[in-house]
Amino acid sequence: MATCLIVDDSRVVRQIARKILEDLKFTCTEAEDGKKAQEACSKAMPDAVLLDWNMPVMNGIEFLRELRKMPGGDKPKVLFCTTEADLNHIKEALSAGANEYIMKPFDSDIIQTKFSQVGLIG
Amino acid sequence: MRVEDFDLFAKFVYQRSGLVLTKEKAYLLDSRLMPVARRWNFKDLGELANALRSKSDEALLADITDAMTTNESSFFRDQKPFDQFRQVVLPRFLQARAATRRLRIWSAACSNGQEPYSLAMILDEEASKMPGWTIEIVATDLCREVLEKAKQGLYTQFEVQRGLPITMLVKHFTQIGDKWQISKQMQGKIKFQQFNLLEPMTALGQFDIVFCRNVLIYFDPATKAKVLEGIGRQMPPDGILYLGGAETVLGVTQAFKPMDGQRGLYVHGSAASTSAAVPGVTPAATAVR
Ligand SMILES: C[S@@+](CC[C@H](N)C(=O)[O-])C[C@H]1O[C@@H](n2cnc3c(N)ncnc32)[C@H](O)[C@@H]1O
Repeated sequence: MATCLIVDDSRVVRQIARKILEDLKFTCTEAEDGKKAQEACSKAMPDAVLLDWNMPVMNGIEFLRELRKMPGGDKPKVLFCTTEADLNHIKEALSAGANEYIMKPFDSDIIQTKFSQVGLIG
Repeated sequence: MRVEDFDLFAKFVYQRSGLVLTKEKAYLLDSRLMPVARRWNFKDLGELANALRSKSDEALLADITDAMTTNESSFFRDQKPFDQFRQVVLPRFLQARAATRRLRIWSAACSNGQEPYSLAMILDEEASKMPGWTIEIVATDLCREVLEKAKQGLYTQFEVQRGLPITMLVKHFTQIGDKWQISKQMQGKIKFQQFNLLEPMTALGQFDIVFCRNVLIYFDPATKAKVLEGIGRQMPPDGILYLGGAETVLGVTQAFKPMDGQRGLYVHGSAASTSAAVPGVTPAATAVR
């Protein structure tokens, strides 16, 4: 079963995302900021990271840059999931190594197609 | 709504577009025709029905039909048909049309344009394999309103997230306020045109590949057969037809049969076995991602 780390400072968003991803048969873990996400990844690399941008302590893009430098950190598919909905943010995310980009608000349909586009759902 | 008004609307819409409105769909008629009634300053559907009886205004008739169409669509809808397009259909025609280097594609119920634009974006990615080729995409729909939107290529944030890979959004779209518009270059690759599938198709010319997806589901069996047979006459012997996931030719017409090993794709009923048609491409190699 594929694993997904959900990184968002909003507990509600994490809960909604978790429900959708568990329905898609992912095993989920959560982190509330980039720092906690980094710690989680150093213990066990997930198959996917659903990543918010704006968070306290360490934001999403900083986390992504750190992740891609970690051993095995090139492996997880990273899907941004953020209210930042302009081309500049999207381009910055892609050049930092993001695989997909979801603009909030999202629904289960969007999550499902994005996860299948990065090859995590058959 | 009065029964005779329902019957009037249902019969009119059926004759004009083939769309079947059953009694259970009465609520749909209500919610969709009220805005039309308001736009034309009728106080209720009874008045609208009277106006329809007088058959006075062609614009009103078109508005009523347009309102009853269901225009749901998305980029790369169901994904797999578009993978097949890239991996199976296109390579096949690259060989079969190597001499003429011409390819004509028809999106026969294009709605807001996501279907033909998805094809145009794939063709753009594959362009290096087709130097000097002339590829024409004709996209048609009955509904004028969706055609206008398709021509503009302007989509909401929600629409560009359903099915469209982010790299394609970055490559082909610009942001306008909270909407996204597809590039002039992609717009220029498609010829949008109003067309009713119930009308004679000869003037449209021949098409190597036809997408007729998610429209036959709204028709009755006789209309399905008529439309499919019409499309068949617009396709060369080796043409390929796409239907939607819930649609089939089986039990509807002999004009087409399923293409071996390619779900959702159809070839002429009289065509020879299709599996060996692409030398060097084994079923395993064409397996879809
Ligand atoms: C659900 S959409 C399908 C869009 C797209 N092909 C897809 O698969 O996503 C159905 C479209 O068929 C169009 N349609 C309905 N009756 C038609 C007719 N008689 N001739 C042409 N188009 C028709 C509607 O206007 C609508 O845009």
